Amino acid sequence: MKSFREWFRDWDSGRYDLTEMTASSGEAFREDPDSGSSRWARTEVFSIRADVTGTFRKLYPVMSLILCAVIIVFLLYTVEALPPFASADTPANAGEVSLRYNSMALEETGALNVVSGVILDYRAFDTLGESHVLFAAAVAVFILMLEPTKGAGPETLGVSPDTVLEGTARVLGPVIAVFGIYIILNGHLGPGGGFAGGSVLSGAMILIRMTSRGRDGKGLLSMKGYRIITASSLIFYSLAKGYSFWCGANGHETIFSAGEAGRIFSAGLILPLNIAVGAVVACTMYGFYSIFTGGEV
Amino acid sequence: MDYLEIMLLAILVICGIFTCATKNLMASLIIFMAYSIIMSVIWALLQAPDLAVTEAAVGAGISGILMFVTLRRLRDIRDAGGKQTDEELS
Repeated sequence: MKSFREWFRDWDSGRYDLTEMTASSGEAFREDPDSGSSRWARTEVFSIRADVTGTFRKLYPVMSLILCAVIIVFLLYTVEALPPFASADTPANAGEVSLRYNSMALEETGALNVVSGVILDYRAFDTLGESHVLFAAAVAVFILMLEPTKGAGPETLGVSPDTVLEGTARVLGPVIAVFGIYIILNGHLGPGGGFAGGSVLSGAMILIRMTSRGRDGKGLLSMKGYRIITASSLIFYSLAKGYSFWCGANGHETIFSAGEAGRIFSAGLILPLNIAVGAVVACTMYGFYSIFTGGEV
Repeated sequence: MDYLEIMLLAILVICGIFTCATKNLMASLIIFMAYSIIMSVIWALLQAPDLAVTEAAVGAGISGILMFVTLRRLRDIRDAGGKQTDEELS
């Protein structure tokens, strides 16, 4: 087995291109028809590789260059037709919908940050779908990655202890986490919101896990905790938006008032929805990281 | 302001080209993260602070970390495969 340094040098010199890699790892677990037993056998990747090296290799760069040139020409042609930046009479600035958003968003949603007002009030259905897409992606990753860890699964990736990284994480981790929570909670008052804040928060969680896993090997969340946080956030989001859709469709007044603009407890449902989205995003990203490094969430 | 924007856009194009052109996947990833950082500065200059915050957090932070972990995982799979073929050859 080659050392990491040798392998890295080979990689850097381009020895392992895509076809080489599939060839060297092209082994799969399959049934052996002769003996009736299962074994690790080579797949047909090797026979495909011989064809790939022929005319395909010669044609591929030429065709990709032509395709890129055509796409670049079309995109430049489109850019030429775009209106200049910040001109007042473009559809994006003078359309009926955006005029309504710009003039009425503060009054109707109570959010100082109009973007938050749009994505979590006017267009909350989109954000609901995005959160569920993230959840579905997380479920798919867990189905794929969690099953083979029992028994002969991939080993957990140990992070070697590093003094500089540990010291940095000890100082910076909590600060990043607090900044992420600030972005989540401040979403209706300034730039930010659930997605950005959740990502920052999950970055802090990953940093803390990266440095602490050498000692106890445990994560910050249990699988049960992950399930409870994610599912309750999504259910809360669905119920809250279902309530406001029901009120809006039937012309009722919601019990969540817009409040006084600029205060932290204002803008009706936007603050709790930001918290729910932030929890889903943070837990999902952190779950991806911990599943990929192996072991528990 | 104009000079700053032109400089940032030029670096953006260079980063984009070298993300594709670099053979070393690790270096390519780092250049991609630099691309995201520059993109978030450009979003801030284009008066879109929400996008700037999200781009910095997701593009330069989380997706970079996830791709690093994937690269490490690929490397492990490749090492295991290489070891097996070596044993079979000997």
